[in-house]
Amino acid sequence: MALPTLLNSRSPLAAPAAQRELLAALPLARSFEEAVATAQTPPLAAASVDVLQVNLGKRCNQACHHCHVDAGPDRREVMPDAVVDACLGVLARSGIQTLDITGGAPEMHPRFRDLVIKARRLGRRVIDRCNLTITTLPNYSDLPRFLAAQRVEVIASLPSYAASMTDRQRGAGVFEQSIAALREFNTFGYGVEGSGLVLNLVTNPVGAFLPAAQAALERDWKRELQRQHGLVFNQLFTITNMPISRYLEWLEHSGNLAAYMDKLVQAFNPAAVPGVMCRNTLSVGWDGRLFDCDFNQMLDLPLVHAAPQSILDLTDDAALARVVTRPIVTGPHCFGCTAGAGSSCGGATV
Amino acid sequence: MDTYYHPPDLAKFGDIGKDAPELWKKFQEWYGAVFAEGALTEREKALIALAVSHAVQCPYCIDAYTSGSLEKGATPAQMTEAVHVAAAIRGGAALVHGVQMRNHLDKISM
Repeated sequence: MALPTLLNSRSPLAAPAAQRELLAALPLARSFEEAVATAQTPPLAAASVDVLQVNLGKRCNQACHHCHVDAGPDRREVMPDAVVDACLGVLARSGIQTLDITGGAPEMHPRFRDLVIKARRLGRRVIDRCNLTITTLPNYSDLPRFLAAQRVEVIASLPSYAASMTDRQRGAGVFEQSIAALREFNTFGYGVEGSGLVLNLVTNPVGAFLPAAQAALERDWKRELQRQHGLVFNQLFTITNMPISRYLEWLEHSGNLAAYMDKLVQAFNPAAVPGVMCRNTLSVGWDGRLFDCDFNQMLDLPLVHAAPQSILDLTDDAALARVVTRPIVTGPHCFGCTAGAGSSCGGATV
Repeated sequence: MDTYYHPPDLAKFGDIGKDAPELWKKFQEWYGAVFAEGALTEREKALIALAVSHAVQCPYCIDAYTSGSLEKGATPAQMTEAVHVAAAIRGGAALVHGVQMRNHLDKISM
């Protein structure tokens, strides 16, 4: 049984503005901008756009406790055809080499397979951010076969190799379904040495603490998934939970918000700044609006005014150039990406 | 309600250096070196610290090394076993003193 989304439960924090206000009201030791300046690091700005990260919508078969998208079965936001086509148009016209597809469960979008096929035909690297359990639903059971045929990289969520921990974050029974899904991906060669089919896993802490060292956890995950289930994968990415949406609501409800934010601020690591994903990623919302990252998207913090605001506006090289050189819009949540070993869609940045 | 232990006081630990900054500096350096990866991993050291925290019954240390163990990748099962190790040593330490009781009992008994 999926949890209700913030929207469905009429939580005030369903509104991005309410989330921003809650974060802004916290008495942090210093602002993110001050932390960056104190470290004598220049203000965050994009360096390139290597990755077009497209959020196909908020529909998902799961509703995890920590979801920063507030995705779930009851959400109806899906990317319109015109926006999907605009994303493909930008890929075709630009040198952006990677299409990173996320959601929700992006595979539930009716144009998901069409988008993958066309992006692959353009010669682009395609990443599917997969929740694993989607492949256990009847209409999606052939996903591993399809993704393997298209040579799509799969980044799959598995917070823990312990069933109880995964289920606490993602819902009862999710661990068993995830293991079954991973087995299916392995059957098609995903994660198997020499296959060229990449299966990376993502873990994020089940609670109000920072992730452990990525390399050490990867050794544990590989050993335990092999030992307990005979499963293989390529890399493990550690991702810090961001104080946004349902995780923010949980932090506040559980009395952990102030301490968690203080932890992120105290753990600010200047060395983590250069590798944050906003510096080489452009995030596209389900409605086509442009953001520096998926987190800014959920907080409704669009690109700076001087930059184009929608993928529909990226019609020529000049518009794309203004995106490539844009300053990044920052806020207290950015401490999540710069704490400790850093955090990005590709895991630790240090 | 007044209590000797306040969770926010953990963040004030550094205040102990106010009137003895050199000693605090030496402690910090030594403490950092102790918990760095060495012959034992950082995770093993965090689990030892968690167990010792229970043995010395320091609530600040228990909070700190519960988070610390998780942030070094320990699982709740490993952390619970570490606490059992502390409890077994404390229980065993009490029980083994029973030998002293037996010795004295033998000495003073007819």
